[in-house]
Amino acid sequence: MGYALGITAAEFAVMLGLLMGLIAPVMVWVERRMCAMIQDRPGPNRLGPFGLFQPLADVFKFFFKEDLTPAAVDRPLYLIAPALALLPALTTFVVIPFGPPLEVAGREVDFTVAGTEAGVLLFLALASLGVYSLVVAGYASNNKFSLLGGIRASAQMISYELALTLTVLAALLPVGSFNLQEIVAWQRENVWMAAPQALGFLVFLVAAFAETNRLPFDLPEAESELVAGFHTEYSAFRFASFFTAEYVNMATLSALGVTLYFGGWSVPFVDPPETWWLAALYGIAGLFGKVALFLFLFVWVRWSFPRFRYDQLMRLGWKVLLPLALLNVVGVAAATLAGWL
Amino acid sequence: MEVAVFALFAALALASALVVVTHRNPVYSTMSLVVTLVSLAVLFVLLGAPFLAVLQVLIYTGAILVLFLFVIMLLNVGREEAGGGSKLSKVPALVAAALFGGMVALFSWRAFRDDALAPLTEEFVSLKTLAGALFDRYLLVFELVGLLLLVAVIAATVLARRPRPEEREPLGPRPQGESGSGSGAGAPGEAAP
Amino acid sequence: MTVPVSWYLLLAAALFTIGAAGALTRRNGITIFLSIELMLNSANLTLVAYSRLLEQHTGQLVVFFVLAVAAAEAAVGLALFIAVYRHRRTIDLDRINLLRW
Repeated sequence: MGYALGITAAEFAVMLGLLMGLIAPVMVWVERRMCAMIQDRPGPNRLGPFGLFQPLADVFKFFFKEDLTPAAVDRPLYLIAPALALLPALTTFVVIPFGPPLEVAGREVDFTVAGTEAGVLLFLALASLGVYSLVVAGYASNNKFSLLGGIRASAQMISYELALTLTVLAALLPVGSFNLQEIVAWQRENVWMAAPQALGFLVFLVAAFAETNRLPFDLPEAESELVAGFHTEYSAFRFASFFTAEYVNMATLSALGVTLYFGGWSVPFVDPPETWWLAALYGIAGLFGKVALFLFLFVWVRWSFPRFRYDQLMRLGWKVLLPLALLNVVGVAAATLAGWL
Repeated sequence: MEVAVFALFAALALASALVVVTHRNPVYSTMSLVVTLVSLAVLFVLLGAPFLAVLQVLIYTGAILVLFLFVIMLLNVGREEAGGGSKLSKVPALVAAALFGGMVALFSWRAFRDDALAPLTEEFVSLKTLAGALFDRYLLVFELVGLLLLVAVIAATVLARRPRPEEREPLGPRPQGESGSGSGAGAPGEAAP
Repeated sequence: MTVPVSWYLLLAAALFTIGAAGALTRRNGITIFLSIELMLNSANLTLVAYSRLLEQHTGQLVVFFVLAVAAAEAAVGLALFIAVYRHRRTIDLDRINLLRW
């Protein structure tokens, strides 16, 4: 039992370190430089070569900014909301496999922190807890704009969660298991799931944009409309928590999309090496390479499209994406029964 | 080890259940219920039902309680006013609840005392056997529950929609300063989010 | 040592008592609803405990259905609250008493 716990802890540390230590700071830099490139201006270029130390400066700033708690807020809820935002962000990645299942020193090592039978369901369950931080932050701030932002955010998230869950279900139907490691194995033997389920992947992508509150679905934090939406009253370190949580959510949802539709940690035509640490490196490189491409897409879309109006957003979620997702499920189920998948 | 986990989460469930029932502010009650439900989910895992635990978090805390919060904020449900009904009037209710609960507890204890449970088997916990039972013996119930959910969706949509102009009751004289809006009752709780 | 099943049943009984006390005592409609959900969950815990005791899956499946029925009930109940609020401007159940004698 001790060994299993130790291995799990090590895997958790690796994934957490990569996500918090690598993805979040790099995303800050990538976002600002790409935004600048799209808007035909230089972007941050003073701090280090190509502005590479900008995230460091941002972290510094967040630590030393005045931590202001407005007088009339609902204190316990106000203080707990940033922690609630980080909770799903730091736990959903536990079901994403980042390497091939191997035998190390006589023990089965599955390169997933928590590779249970209910894998994807656990991801969805933990991700669905992310709504609370938005609503609680909006309510606790004692501020009309924040409250509106919070309500909009919760309605948006639960609407698009349905389409997301249905497309995930469709992606699992040919494999017959919730365990993501088995889905990767299926894709290595057959074809990347994005090929037969292109419609499902598109619906997943749109729903992922909505789930992470990224433009064009970022009405809850609409900078030009609701001041800053549900996190108006948060400054310094607490704002940084929301910020980080958003980036980590993007990364984990991209990782899920990569694992379900683009083969996860596997690299096409290249077999994983035998030694465990080489295999881990191979898996991490494969997974995070593809995740990087996804994140690139996230940033690109953000600075290219205008924002959806709230009723357009709801209409899209319920009247377009949900029927499409249902159609996708029915189609994939029929194809699986007929033996094509 | 198992006892420690059980003790921790059972205590957490009891404490947050008490907060749910006693706190004045409904938002705090809802958040406490979230804690209770997650603790119960952990206990489900201990009892060999990991799939149910995940479903509980996904459905109950992830959807139903969010709906509760949503409605609380939409209707601006405030803190319950203290007073109104003396403390004494609550005693019969508490006594009745305690009697019933005590009865159940007594029967459970008498029946099972300290009997140990058989250890969990791989087969019991697996999803395949659960799904096999669900779609084999309980297929009809499954379909009926789906029908029930459909009926509930329709009912909720109809009940909560804005009344159309011809269905509106004739209101008295409009309060001052209210501009005519299209819906039947454009009051603070109705502001379209 | 493993946890005996009676402990789970006692916990469920305690949760049910707390939920029942809340449902019978509070005036705020939402809080009463939450207490009812608490009672439903205590029943769920009992069912899962018995399912484990008897080594059958029936209990877990019943919980599955209870979950779905609770979701349906919550949706309709909250829609009712919204509809009542439109007319009576309050959720305080002591004030929604038109049908009382």
